[in-house]
Amino acid sequence: MSVITPDLIAQHQLTPDEFDKIVSLLGREPTYTELGIFSVMWSEHCSYKSSRLHLKKLPTRSKHVLVGPGENAGIIDIGGGYAIAFKIESHNHPSFIEPFQGAATGVGGILRDIFTMGARPIAVMDALRFGPLDDAQCGARNRRILEGVVSGIAHYGNCFGVPTVGGECVFEPSYNGNPLVNVFALGVFKHDEIFFGRASGVGNPVIYVGAKTGRDGVHGATMASAEFTEESKQKRPNVQVGDPFLEKLLLEACLEAMKTGAIVGIQDMGAAGLTCSTCEMGSRAGTGIDFDLQYVPQRETGMSPYEIMLSESQERMLLVAEKGREEEVFSVFRKWGLDAVTIGTVTGDGLLRVRDHGAVVAEIPNRALADEAPLYNRPYTKPRQLAPPDAPQFESASLEADLLKILGSGDVCSKRWIWEQYDYMVRTNTTAGPGGDAAIVRIKETNTSVAMSLDGNGRFSGLDPREGAKLLVAECCRNLSTVGAQPIAATNNLNFGNPERPEIMAQLVETIEGMAEACAFFETPITGGNVSLYNETLGDAIFPSPVLGIVGLLDTAAPVAIPFKNEGRDVLLIGGFGRPDAGRFGGTQYAKQVVGEFWGKPPALDMDYEKRVQAAIREIARKGLAESAHDLSDGGLAVALAECTFGGMGAAIEVDFDVRPELLLFDESPSRILVSTANAEEVKKIALFHGVESPRIGVTIKERLRIGNGPATLIDCSLDNLRGAWDQALNRSLHPEHV
Amino acid sequence: MKARVYVSLKPTVLDPQGATIKSALVGLGHSMIADVRQGKYFDIAIADGADREQVSKELEAISLDVLSNPVIENFQVELLD
Amino acid sequence: MKFGVVVFPGSNCDHDCWYAPAKNLGFPTEMIWHDSSTLGDVDAVILPGGFAYGDYLRCGAIAKFSRVMTAVKKFANDGGLVIGICNGFQILVESGMLPGALLRNRGLKFICRPVDLRVETVDSPFSAEAAKGQILRMPIAHGEGCYFADDRTLDELEAEDRVLVRYVDNPNGSLRNIAGILNEKRNVMGLMPHPDRACDPLMGSTDGAVIFNSMAAAFAAIAK
Repeated sequence: MSVITPDLIAQHQLTPDEFDKIVSLLGREPTYTELGIFSVMWSEHCSYKSSRLHLKKLPTRSKHVLVGPGENAGIIDIGGGYAIAFKIESHNHPSFIEPFQGAATGVGGILRDIFTMGARPIAVMDALRFGPLDDAQCGARNRRILEGVVSGIAHYGNCFGVPTVGGECVFEPSYNGNPLVNVFALGVFKHDEIFFGRASGVGNPVIYVGAKTGRDGVHGATMASAEFTEESKQKRPNVQVGDPFLEKLLLEACLEAMKTGAIVGIQDMGAAGLTCSTCEMGSRAGTGIDFDLQYVPQRETGMSPYEIMLSESQERMLLVAEKGREEEVFSVFRKWGLDAVTIGTVTGDGLLRVRDHGAVVAEIPNRALADEAPLYNRPYTKPRQLAPPDAPQFESASLEADLLKILGSGDVCSKRWIWEQYDYMVRTNTTAGPGGDAAIVRIKETNTSVAMSLDGNGRFSGLDPREGAKLLVAECCRNLSTVGAQPIAATNNLNFGNPERPEIMAQLVETIEGMAEACAFFETPITGGNVSLYNETLGDAIFPSPVLGIVGLLDTAAPVAIPFKNEGRDVLLIGGFGRPDAGRFGGTQYAKQVVGEFWGKPPALDMDYEKRVQAAIREIARKGLAESAHDLSDGGLAVALAECTFGGMGAAIEVDFDVRPELLLFDESPSRILVSTANAEEVKKIALFHGVESPRIGVTIKERLRIGNGPATLIDCSLDNLRGAWDQALNRSLHPEHV
Repeated sequence: MKARVYVSLKPTVLDPQGATIKSALVGLGHSMIADVRQGKYFDIAIADGADREQVSKELEAISLDVLSNPVIENFQVELLD
Repeated sequence: MKFGVVVFPGSNCDHDCWYAPAKNLGFPTEMIWHDSSTLGDVDAVILPGGFAYGDYLRCGAIAKFSRVMTAVKKFANDGGLVIGICNGFQILVESGMLPGALLRNRGLKFICRPVDLRVETVDSPFSAEAAKGQILRMPIAHGEGCYFADDRTLDELEAEDRVLVRYVDNPNGSLRNIAGILNEKRNVMGLMPHPDRACDPLMGSTDGAVIFNSMAAAFAAIAK
């Protein structure tokens, strides 16, 4: 038994106060293994110690919510006896260290969160943030990271057999040293098929299934410890390697085993592996778990109790079965060729008791690990101003050139190069795949489809975290409404810098409060999520980067898509022209790509108006009145119009609006949706009923996109030119040597 | 006893991975690189006491039937120690 | 007419290959576990897409040793209809039931997109209901779909009218744009694109239905 020194405590990233708390909870000094166990369970990643206090402000309940935060994923009722489970999780740091495996295991981890609850995963989406591909210093590395992340996601999702149906990908210098990889997954099941991670029933066997345990991911801080020799360090890869084939078998075997009725509780081994799954399952059920490490299947020889408990080897699950029915469970796993071993039993004493060949090496109350982690009310000030308040002088030399530049920019250009590497239609449920406002998968057993949108806007959040968060909720909901879906619930991934800096903590608090207000207003409770802090390099934090995944419901039917379809249709701008204002223009794509500056406030949001616009478009979509629909976001009206033409049908737009052309074309005011329709009168009636503007701004024509304001022609461009700028831009920036 | 089986694409079969590596190397300034072909090898441990000749024969068969696809790949068996 | 869909560990289009004939087209369809030594009473076998055995070693290389493959080979030798889709095609070439091999895509990337195929022959139980030259739209979703065979084999395939469909716009570098081929007896067919994903109007195309319908019609003709 090693002596616990202050150094060792520091290496485990525990503060002296936290160590004192451990001693008082145990009534003695922890053993070395126990120290390791506490350090991972009380880490920011597992305990949310800096954010928990504020996360409580988020709304988590509604009539649709069956299971809220605290379980592996939130669960929402979708009617007809069916439910969906969904969640988002980050794998930022591992993806920076090893892009391919980091992203792949990110997908694997979130998929296990879904099927551990009994749901079959039917959709994945990814929110990706990288440094610019043409960055003078980091461009080559950024390109390598993007290629690795995308192939890692493709490798895992494609092999596992879950469609990757959408997502987003944006570029900012603040992600140069901190790329963000947030993965969202969604699964479906019947109400009576829901399982929880609870170790109920004293005397029930605790069973380990799946991959063998290796030294993968054993916490970096511990490597420096004196116990390890130089030689043994070499054996400890910090990078976990995923095996999607094994995970696919694990999925099928788990779902089949659940059907036997012999399983009481089940949880995947993700971060903090065996430690987290045992103490959380015990803590939720108010029970103890007594198990022996000698029964844990091991891939390597000579692993210490410490290493086995902290290993983050992938594709492993822990389950509790009904005593006497183990064989029913084992036979299913045997059929799928997987290891399943009883490693211990559920006890009534509430303790996590870990043995090594009988000798107790750790004995800790489960609740101490899972529920009594320190909770910090970290000091916060006001978010630091990241940009000057006032707009610089700017004037367009050519609006057409500006439009083409924005269309070809990393944030706006076609992401086809990425999503064509994903199997986005396996399981034949994807009725709207990547590239639309929202992705839609149908639930075959019902007449219901699930729409989902994943979004984030670090620039708006950077200018004003609170307003940025509200705009984000509005945008996500608008994406869903545009395809006719009613938004019902959300999951969030909060990516921030170091919370020990008061101005970063302020970003986090304001974001959560803004999100709470908007989610309550739009009736989209947050059913779970993830917080990723300390995203900074050399004191440079990322933009505050909340990412939101919102799901909505609609009846299964051929969906409304973005492109204009037919010639001679009226083009209407539901919601009107917004409130263009140069002081609120500094977070737009125009400011970023053309002016090259960042200033002021994000666009103004009127949540009440937004809600009415969304109610109107849902009704328009549901009644089949829209031949096409597309919400305005990055790049404003001009970019949205251009995107509507990529199906090959153009438009002649004539407006009469007293505002400078840059703002008319590129302002990113929310609450606006472009619709083409053969029945403008009916559409306007619906808009009027909901109290929203719906100016007719033009008509669809062949071959060109023309935009005029009063007597002035602002844009007159062939569709080939527009599409050419947009379609291959990502491919070109990834392979600059070929240009 | 240990054995190593090398498997590589036949020279007539297009190897896009090798070609990409080659162009990357040339791009990095290694202009003497004329061609790259990639392949893989299997390290196989043989149980103690096996007959060398028998091992060799069986490995040939395994390489042909399982480890390689003779339509596109060549293989080469190497017995170590 | 009853279809049987073989399920290997790692198959992931097994459900799609069941749903399309069973639910979109209304044919009785059942699953056959890879460990089974018989095919039961099915009239045609579908080897579905996915990553059988993780596609470790090579795509389809381990699946060919599955117990069920012995039964599938016998079934085919006796004249039964066998269709391999995507990974199923890879298994058929690995097991020697079809000539050639499937290599990594020319661009080295997995590609998922709808493609156009030209029907090259209607003299087969898989295409008799289509028209020669007809364009069928269905998705591809593969990383290793570049069809390769030596020139002699390719010439033979063409001379014997055994190229079933070709890509209109070759996405993966397949030699002579080949997307699907027949065996000599014309009762075994492999193709990389997914007819199973093109039988439902909600999926954007129903052009895949002609393949399953042709198989059913051919079987009905034999049964008479």
